Amino acid sequence: MMRLPAFTYAAPRSIDEAARILAGEGPQAMLVAGGTDLYPNMKRRQQSPRVLIGLRGIRELSGITGIPTTGLSIGACTTLTDLSTHRLVVESYPALSRAVRTISTPILRNMGTIGGNICLDTRCNYYDQSYEWRRAINFCMKCDGDTCWVAPSSRTCLAVNSSDSVPLLCAIGATVRLAGTHGHREIAMRDFYNKDGIRYINKQPDEIVTHIALPPVNGWSATYHKLARRGSFDFPVLGVAVAMWRDPDGTVLDARIYLNAVASAPVEAAEARQALIGHKPTPDLIAHASHLASINAKPMDNTDLDYAWRKKMVRVYVRRALNGLS
Amino acid sequence: MSSLSKLRVRLRVNGEEHEMLVPVEKTLLEVLREDMGLTGTKHGCELGECGACAVLVDGKPVLSCLALPVELEGHEIMTVEGLAAAGRMHPLQEAFADLGAAQCGYCTPGFLLAAKSLLEQSSDPTRDEIKDALAGNLCRCTGYIKIYEAVELAARRMRSGSETAPEQAVLYGR
Ligand SMILES: Cc1cc2nc3c(=O)[nH]c(=O)nc-3n(C[C@H](O)[C@H](O)[C@H](O)COP(=O)(O)OP(=O)(O)OC[C@H]3O[C@@H](n4cnc5c(N)ncnc54)[C@H](O)[C@@H]3O)c2cc1C
Ligand code: SF4
Ligand code: FES
Ligand code: FES
Repeated sequence: MMRLPAFTYAAPRSIDEAARILAGEGPQAMLVAGGTDLYPNMKRRQQSPRVLIGLRGIRELSGITGIPTTGLSIGACTTLTDLSTHRLVVESYPALSRAVRTISTPILRNMGTIGGNICLDTRCNYYDQSYEWRRAINFCMKCDGDTCWVAPSSRTCLAVNSSDSVPLLCAIGATVRLAGTHGHREIAMRDFYNKDGIRYINKQPDEIVTHIALPPVNGWSATYHKLARRGSFDFPVLGVAVAMWRDPDGTVLDARIYLNAVASAPVEAAEARQALIGHKPTPDLIAHASHLASINAKPMDNTDLDYAWRKKMVRVYVRRALNGLS
Repeated sequence: MSSLSKLRVRLRVNGEEHEMLVPVEKTLLEVLREDMGLTGTKHGCELGECGACAVLVDGKPVLSCLALPVELEGHEIMTVEGLAAAGRMHPLQEAFADLGAAQCGYCTPGFLLAAKSLLEQSSDPTRDEIKDALAGNLCRCTGYIKIYEAVELAARRMRSGSETAPEQAVLYGR
């Protein structure tokens, strides 16, 4: 049996209580929602908190409120199953529902939450391994060691943001609401991530993600395309999300393209966006925009499948996503 | 390994109330198998990657290798041991046996429970719905086809209320 290390478990009933415990315990404490990311990591001793603060007993963190014309607010502890099958999400944010349905398996989605998904630990072939495996290579910079085995000259960890919801939430312009002992704040999803596999989210140690806010739909449409080895279980090795706003005559008024699983943070394809705005998406323009987007992606040799091939697939997947919306 | 804290937890498993003192870091899988003697629930990867450890919580499948008992107090847990009622196999168990949907049998408890949850939501699921619902369970033996057929047969029998042996045509595949 692969067992969890010992810890104490706190089950606060309110956000304030959770934030107080988190601030009081300091770096030895971690939050846990569904545990589907944290518990495997703890079993492999990648993360070893002495105190766990369970969030699922906090009522205010679960459920979805609002209406699509003014936007929805999703509680951080809403399970992936409840989110992807919620009537308003299926009807008005179908791309989000579909993106969330690509996460792992139906059983895991009954446990995993959206808050845990956007805070998902970054992933790397040299890190997501058992303790014994990691010890055999003398560990790496992200945990217990000091060298990055993917790029030994790199001063930052290059572990990969592997969430399926994050690129789509960035593309549709969602925001993250946080609460801490010093109050509340809201930050755009795209600003929530750092290009640093160790400090990968902009969250103060005492802050808790309370909600994810979806903007009104307002004529935007969106899509998500995932590349993974198998149709279920597997993390994305490339995720492409596109949100587009078009004039009734077909002209692109705005477009946002985000790539995930190619870096520690989701990558915006800004040049591709500029190329699309003000034009009708003809096959030639789509091919050009897909090429521009692929320049932004610099996948490293630290996930499943060959990285040169994954880089080639960026162009293919962006083209498919743009075709799907045109 | 020394435990920082043992907790008294009350779990409702297969309709029975159990109260016990367990280290908080023991997963539901460990407690079921090691403290309650319910070894029907299997341990495979122990990392969320296979579905062998699936149990039902309030009727929905979850992975017991990634669940803590302290998080499940007040919920209804069902393991494969709870499937047979009044000395009679569940129609899914009978169909799995009739059609050879269990070979080594290691994955079977997880499949049975995931399938039970599906049939409770939909009495006549399509093949695609069955595939989707069972996408979180790995089987290294059967190739899955016999499992899908067994779920379809069980659904058919449950709809018609009969649990008798199937016709040959069903038994030997389509
Ligand atoms: C086999 C397997 C396959 C998977 N496949 C995929 C996949 O294809 N795509 C994908 O995107 N993910 C995948 N995952 C990862 C994970 O299951 C999901 O991302 C899930 O949504 C995580 O949510 P959780 O509630 O279980 O997170 P937890 O494990 O509870 O937490 C994850 C992290 O987020 C932090 N956290 C949780 N909630 C909050 C909060 N409210 N505020 C602040 N911090 C918080 C925790 O401290 C922890 O660091 C997979 C996991 C496994 C085991
Ligand atoms: S990218 Fe480098 S430092 Fe980061 S987890 Fe991988 S090997 Fe370790
Ligand atoms: S043992 Fe739980 S998913 Fe494999
Ligand atoms: S019957 Fe052997 S793994 Fe499924």
